[in-house]
Amino acid sequence: MAVLHSAPKYASNEGVIDAISESISVWLLDAVESHGEVSFRVRRDDIARVLQTLRDDHAYQQLMEIAGVDYPDRAERFEVVYMLQSLTKNHRVMVKCSADENTPVPTVTTLWPNAGWLEREVFDMFGVSFAGNPDLRRILTDYGFEGHPFRKDFPMTGYTELRYSEEEKRVVYEPVELAQEMRSFDFLSPWEGADYVLPGDEKSRGEPRVEEVKTTESTKQTGAGPKADEKAAKPVSPGSPDLKDTDKKAPPAPEDTSKEGGR
Amino acid sequence: MSMQREESLTTTGEVISNYTINFGPQHPAAHGVLRMVMELDGEVIERIDPHVGLLHRGTEKLIEQKTYLQALPYFDRLDYCSPLCMEHSWVLAIEKLLNIEVPIRAQYLRVMFAELTRICNHMLNIGAHVMDVGAMTPNLWVFELREDCLNFFERASGARMHSAWFRPGGVHQDVPEKLLVDIGDWLDNRFFQLFEDAMSLVIDNRIFKQRNVDIAVVSRDDAVAWGFSGPMIRAAGIPWDLRKSQPYDVYDRMEFDIPVGTNSDCYDRFMVRVKEVYESAKIIRQCLRDMPQGPIASTDGKVSPPKRGEMKQSMESLIHHFKLYTEGFHVPAGEVYVATESPKGEFGVYLVSDGTNKPYRCKIRPTAFSHLQAMDFMSKGHMLPDATAILGAIDVVFGECDR
Repeated sequence: MAVLHSAPKYASNEGVIDAISESISVWLLDAVESHGEVSFRVRRDDIARVLQTLRDDHAYQQLMEIAGVDYPDRAERFEVVYMLQSLTKNHRVMVKCSADENTPVPTVTTLWPNAGWLEREVFDMFGVSFAGNPDLRRILTDYGFEGHPFRKDFPMTGYTELRYSEEEKRVVYEPVELAQEMRSFDFLSPWEGADYVLPGDEKSRGEPRVEEVKTTESTKQTGAGPKADEKAAKPVSPGSPDLKDTDKKAPPAPEDTSKEGGR
Repeated sequence: MSMQREESLTTTGEVISNYTINFGPQHPAAHGVLRMVMELDGEVIERIDPHVGLLHRGTEKLIEQKTYLQALPYFDRLDYCSPLCMEHSWVLAIEKLLNIEVPIRAQYLRVMFAELTRICNHMLNIGAHVMDVGAMTPNLWVFELREDCLNFFERASGARMHSAWFRPGGVHQDVPEKLLVDIGDWLDNRFFQLFEDAMSLVIDNRIFKQRNVDIAVVSRDDAVAWGFSGPMIRAAGIPWDLRKSQPYDVYDRMEFDIPVGTNSDCYDRFMVRVKEVYESAKIIRQCLRDMPQGPIASTDGKVSPPKRGEMKQSMESLIHHFKLYTEGFHVPAGEVYVATESPKGEFGVYLVSDGTNKPYRCKIRPTAFSHLQAMDFMSKGHMLPDATAILGAIDVVFGECDR
């Protein structure tokens, strides 16, 4: 596929997969190139060895980022993604492994000192633990926070909210109470993936629920017709002075429009 | 600052007492809400434990609930000192997944405004750094220039700071001709005079040098191992700049130099930023010179909205408009990591798409995380007042660090 976008261009991916796959073949599960990005999926227990090989033998000197991703449907629901960068080859690769709450990932703080905080963040947000990290505390969430907020099953509003209590003269934590229900708009089209009734569209399914069918009233019910017209045509008063003087007739009652049929 | 006294016995029996003090979270030199627990031996720093996250707003989680376009304004609120550079990574990540072409004028506009943002950001950091070590005047002077930049953003986008002006596929609106003329005028007649005036107070200032030279020296190897980027790695003497080595938009057409430091101390970091301002001005001039006429957003109606006039006239445009602003656009499944050179360093977006109109996961790589983490090893053995200089030279903004 031709590259049309203008996102950062680094050295070509050509041959990278082959060269790296060969040296980490023992630990490698899968190697993919898509959207111009090379990624390797490796066995969790060997992640440190893989990254060390990449750093020492393939010149990926910098660990830029460790990202956690949550896929609740998978057997091992978390994915830990390491972004490596080579300053000398001007290239980037991703290395992934999957993990679970109970399966610690070996730490890479031994390879890069900045992995410490990155691992702490993944631990804080997803609850993936890193074996060997000397300082695996929470990092971004509040002191004493419970739960792992970036998991897909953690509600966006959270469970507790805090406010300053004037009576107690301190900050108090309380369960979240929303003044209005949390609104989550989903505008996926029904013909493009959504398999549920769209909000506001609930009435479009099933029979309408009414007790009495409403119809237009007939002339009998309203008393309209020629008789009523005649009565209406009679002037009630002698008419305005100008009519008296010119002997003109007062304008008649409007024609009955009920038989003409609509336009 | 609160103080605690810890006493410990040494082997010889004499009592040495280290102080633990709490720097921040409301300290004016902490550049926002940073809390650092410092262990001091007298006035010498033994250990620093930075506590971040006081400004954590869960941006990444919020983005998962929004369409790709709705998520864009969150990026302005990350590094609120360089909002357009934050947007740049986001739109490029989307464009990489979509693989769409961006019109050349839009690329020029984005590069030009990214550089203007860089100047704007450096004005703030240079001013704040100088003020952290005791000088008041230069900050007031460069703030005037920063205000000029913000006025330019306002004229382009309608907002001084939270512009939300970059869009997947281009920019939101074209700029008025007069704005481009005024930016050129500003560079020619105003900017350098004021900037050089302000810098003449600082660069060779004896006090400023005493406070910054040889403070927090980081070796090349350490800078690489700690994941430094931006001015922090360049001050260590490594000419690494993503605009040059991994060019995006029209950076590959620009001629500019990468300033590097020699000593890798706080003074070098400061000077790298000062020099970068001149390089940014060079890039802006080239953009003004070479920018062609043409469309400013992708012509793909599935990604960028039609013009208002078209929307009123053509049924197809009306449908596109309606679909874009309700459902948004669908991004092909896949994952990319796109990093750009923000004024503070490598700002990356790891974007996972599941093929729907909302991102499945968006991980933001803040520049400050790696730098702030190194605070402990950079400050060790320095004096307490040096911590503010080191922090100033890191150029940390907590909107971005804590997300």
